[in-house]
Amino acid sequence: MELFGQTVICGILLGGMYALIAIGMTLIMGVMKIVNLAHGALVMVGMYVTYVCFSEFGIDPYLGMFIAMPVLFFIGCLIQKYMINRLVEVDSILPENQVLLTVGIMLVLTEGIRVYFKSDYRSVITSYSGNTAFLGDMSISIPMLVGFLIAMAFTMLLHFFLTKTDLGKSIRATSQDRDAAVYMGVNASRITMITFGIGSALAAAGGSLLLPLFYLFPDIGHLFTAKSFIITILGGMGSTMGAAFGGLILGIAESLGATYISMGYKDVVGLVIFILVLLFLPGGFRSLVKR
Amino acid sequence: MKHKNILLTVAFFLVAFLLPLFVKAPYQLHILILIFIWAIIGTSWNLLGGYAGQVSFGHAAFFGLGAYSAGLLTLHYGISPWWGMALGPVVAALASLPIGVICFRLRGPYFALAMLALGEIFRIVFLNIASFTNGAKGILIMPAITSKELYYYIGLLALAVTLLTTYAIVHSKIGYYLVSIREDQDAATSLGIPTTLYKNLALLPSAFFTGLAGALYMNYVAFIDPNIVFNLTNISVMAILVVMLGGVATTWGPTVGAALYIVLGELFRTTLGSANVLVFGVLVCLIIMFLPNGIVGELDLIKRMVTRKKTSLSGGV
Repeated sequence: MELFGQTVICGILLGGMYALIAIGMTLIMGVMKIVNLAHGALVMVGMYVTYVCFSEFGIDPYLGMFIAMPVLFFIGCLIQKYMINRLVEVDSILPENQVLLTVGIMLVLTEGIRVYFKSDYRSVITSYSGNTAFLGDMSISIPMLVGFLIAMAFTMLLHFFLTKTDLGKSIRATSQDRDAAVYMGVNASRITMITFGIGSALAAAGGSLLLPLFYLFPDIGHLFTAKSFIITILGGMGSTMGAAFGGLILGIAESLGATYISMGYKDVVGLVIFILVLLFLPGGFRSLVKR
Repeated sequence: MKHKNILLTVAFFLVAFLLPLFVKAPYQLHILILIFIWAIIGTSWNLLGGYAGQVSFGHAAFFGLGAYSAGLLTLHYGISPWWGMALGPVVAALASLPIGVICFRLRGPYFALAMLALGEIFRIVFLNIASFTNGAKGILIMPAITSKELYYYIGLLALAVTLLTTYAIVHSKIGYYLVSIREDQDAATSLGIPTTLYKNLALLPSAFFTGLAGALYMNYVAFIDPNIVFNLTNISVMAILVVMLGGVATTWGPTVGAALYIVLGELFRTTLGSANVLVFGVLVCLIIMFLPNGIVGELDLIKRMVTRKKTSLSGGV
């Protein structure tokens, strides 16, 4: 029972941080209607920004994320405006051209980082890295707990931003019906750019929170791309709360899989759930709530 | 026009057939063999992705199955991996049946993502059933033949068969059905085309020939492990990029793309060192942005650009 509780708690904490990355993806997917396969690479770039802040200037990763977020916001805006947005007018045989472009961007970001930082594994070790808190007999890692709490705070802030502010409402309007939003005076192309930026910034935030827990290397981005699209589909696309929920589900499923099946199959569990949800519950878990 | 195309095709194969008489250096032959392997992968992907419009991010699954069929025969039974050239494609094609049943329930980006997930599942499973597949240690075989010429001709033959089969499929009734599915699936359904059946008919040969490429790779390179042959970026995504580079839904596009990918890759590797993939990525972005249908697909546009430049130059003088 302790093992089970420990596993579930660990899953929830990890899942909360995955969710933050996935919310970034779901925002982009909602407004642009494309799967952003460069999302993991953006997470990775964000992690490297935080890492450099830590190793060069000694800035704590939880503070470094506030540097990584604006940097990634800026990079995201540029990518959207000058690369992906150009393809809207281009005539091509395959409709998935924008998705393929994000693959190209993923390649450029990953390899760009590799050229500069090499493929070495890096890690951030802080004074509190090994600390744990105890809840009965179950131990909870402090970096995980802190990361989870910050991720939840960000999720709540984002929810507030999307529902209460004008900019947030414009983003939601654009993702619901682009044409109608334009008729209501929303500058849809600007909103799209900002959304991509916010999505990238959230990716950077999630990455920075996970930095004390993971080894950092250029290819780690693929892992986060996979996790965030799994979560996005689990939660039902375009839904912030759905993505938060999906993150928790994936975190728990993975950590149960790691404990009770085997560590090696941990990632298969998520992928299998993903395919099952795609097949039998195409609206994600959100459609269960609605019914 | 039609005659010209046939002549060009014959000329290409004639040149390719006679090339080893002049090119003797193992390195150059190695490059050409790699081009053949990638051209086969690209051509097979193009059948499903280019003509039928079902963008698959999981072709590494078929490539890896083909390679592992050949490798496991040797590992467990000591049978020559050449038999894998026969078994590999069949295994890949058989695996494509359930995969098709599962994934063709989905459309567009969801199909792409489901294939991506399946490809990754294969990689992780092959990595973990180490008692059967040797896991991350991979399979190393001792190739009985080391002459590059032989591999060259086998690669050329395999590419010729792939190209001819794809060409025949595309220019038959099935081909037109596939294009109609790509252009508008609902319209195709309403005209009475059983779309799922025809998508499966496109996936089957696509998986078959990708498996063939995998088996050839095992025989030629003589070492595989799950992270090489089931790799998402280096196989699945590269298969797409090779086609994007050369030309989507064209007969020769994937071959041109494969040649570009390998030759540029080698050039960048020798001149730029570790930055080679970076430059390739930049190139891919530029191609998708400015030549969205690839080099062969935008041949008219390129011709027009070149001639316009010429006329404007002569006009200036």
